[in-house]
Amino acid sequence: MAGKTKKVKAPVTSWERNQNIWGWLFILPTMLGLIILNIYPMFSTLYQSFFKTGDFGKGNMFVGLENYTTLIQDSEVWRSLWNTFKYAIIEVPFSIAIALVLAVFLNRKMAGRSTYRAIFFLPMVAAPAAVAMVWKWLYNSKFGLLNHVFGGNTEWISNPKIAWISIAVIGVWSILGYNIVLFISGLQEIPKDYYEAADIDGASGPAAFFKITLPLLSPTIFFVLITRVIGSLQVFDLVYMVMDENNPAMKSTQSIVYLFYQYSFKYGNKGYGSAIVLLLLLVIMIITIFQMIAQKKWVYYN
Amino acid sequence: MSLKTKRNTQKILVHVILIIFSIIMLVPFIWMMLTAFKSVGEATSVNPFVIFPSEWKTDAFTAVWKNMNFFLLYKNTLLLIFWRVVCACLTATMAGYAFGRLQFKGKNFMFSLVLFQMMIPGQLFIIPQYIMVSGMKMTNSIFALVFPGLVTAFGTFLLKQAYMSLPKDLEEAARLDGCNIFQTFLRIMAPLTKSSMIALGIFTAVFAYKDLMWPLVVNTSAAKMPLSAALATMQGQYSSNYPQLMAASLIACVPMIVLYLIFQKQFIEGIATSGGKL
Repeated sequence: MAGKTKKVKAPVTSWERNQNIWGWLFILPTMLGLIILNIYPMFSTLYQSFFKTGDFGKGNMFVGLENYTTLIQDSEVWRSLWNTFKYAIIEVPFSIAIALVLAVFLNRKMAGRSTYRAIFFLPMVAAPAAVAMVWKWLYNSKFGLLNHVFGGNTEWISNPKIAWISIAVIGVWSILGYNIVLFISGLQEIPKDYYEAADIDGASGPAAFFKITLPLLSPTIFFVLITRVIGSLQVFDLVYMVMDENNPAMKSTQSIVYLFYQYSFKYGNKGYGSAIVLLLLLVIMIITIFQMIAQKKWVYYN
Repeated sequence: MSLKTKRNTQKILVHVILIIFSIIMLVPFIWMMLTAFKSVGEATSVNPFVIFPSEWKTDAFTAVWKNMNFFLLYKNTLLLIFWRVVCACLTATMAGYAFGRLQFKGKNFMFSLVLFQMMIPGQLFIIPQYIMVSGMKMTNSIFALVFPGLVTAFGTFLLKQAYMSLPKDLEEAARLDGCNIFQTFLRIMAPLTKSSMIALGIFTAVFAYKDLMWPLVVNTSAAKMPLSAALATMQGQYSSNYPQLMAASLIACVPMIVLYLIFQKQFIEGIATSGGKL
């Protein structure tokens, strides 16, 4: 009896001892990669933000907080941040609201369900550069399809008053399918009998949507909201592709990440670029923390 | 009867809304195609406005195909995707297993580093990553394209979740059969996370294909660009030849769209489960 226990116990302890070795071996490539590719770069970006970079990355000069004092007074930075907010204020609510309605429609047995889903998801697998180019062509004020269909000579992307909306529309169009798919998988977890019970109580359609769907889907909505806010604050591709550098609406559409790109890689001022991207990090962190606190008021967990 | 008609009108209304949105989603792709087959004159004709090309011309395709060396661009993009998927799946499955199933010292701290990295916007890493690559004299190479994707915090998290959801008995049975940890991982556990691996693979592939800023920064030579960066550069050169711009966009988009249409279910589930588990 005693011998038997010993026999079983011996491999168990060696297994447990081995866990330490194997555990570290298994995480080693990932941790090494994360330290080299992400953790070190984070501190390096912070360090870099105290320097003024000379041409070709040479002649780094320590300037202390100068980049930050410049940043605070730089109206272009604040304007770009404001433009980014304007973009997000359209992209996030519209892409979520429209996707929510369409997902509710698609979350039932119906003809053509998977075809609709496949069509809505299509932009997710298209190169953003190609998407931006075709939209730019649709928006073209002289030869574009949009002005032909709606009449008039609207300058969709060169009128500073509306260009930011036009860009955000492309953003909504691009991300809609992704949100729909996430919402559908969230909707499928809501038990069907909730709706049956509500139906008996005379609540169906919009009433059921507000009383059952919205509260039970709120964790998914919260997740999509968090990721979309973070994603939209990093908008770059659309601005870079749609707006030419001499576009009169550039000033009112360039995003903070676009400005970061320009300073870091066009003007070669990586120090200032680093300061800009750290400002973005700060903004994202504040907004995310705020959302985490606010969720307690509206997200419903079972 | 009246309830039935009410239900039917509702059904039709839903379809009408879905069809309107489907058209909105499809029009840019259709317009891309129609423009690509037109002559420049027809594409920029206002009076009359031409919707369908009077003659389906392939001039724009042959011109951009000759100018842009798409074979090379496809090859670069394919290599970028291939190496990113291989690296992501390999490193993430190992780390995911360790974090999900093994007990070792420092595990929680290490995993908190993974989570921390997931919350930081990617642009924060770009300047130092670029300095590293150029320090290694590796700009304008496939390695440079792959570099930021050698490991994946997000994939590690995804696979950790997958390993955690597996039943405990499996491991114990393997252990009693005399498997060591590595054998248990390779033969018993890893095969069971296949669906998460596929999801991570598709997710990695699509985002590698769509990435624009990093390739623009690191590979400035036309011969080493992936499709996305090449399209962006091309736009500057042919800014008013719309059939050619649209033909190039179409050539760049078609392979991924065809793959998507074939493996639709895996694509949608892959991206949705990866996104949903974040």
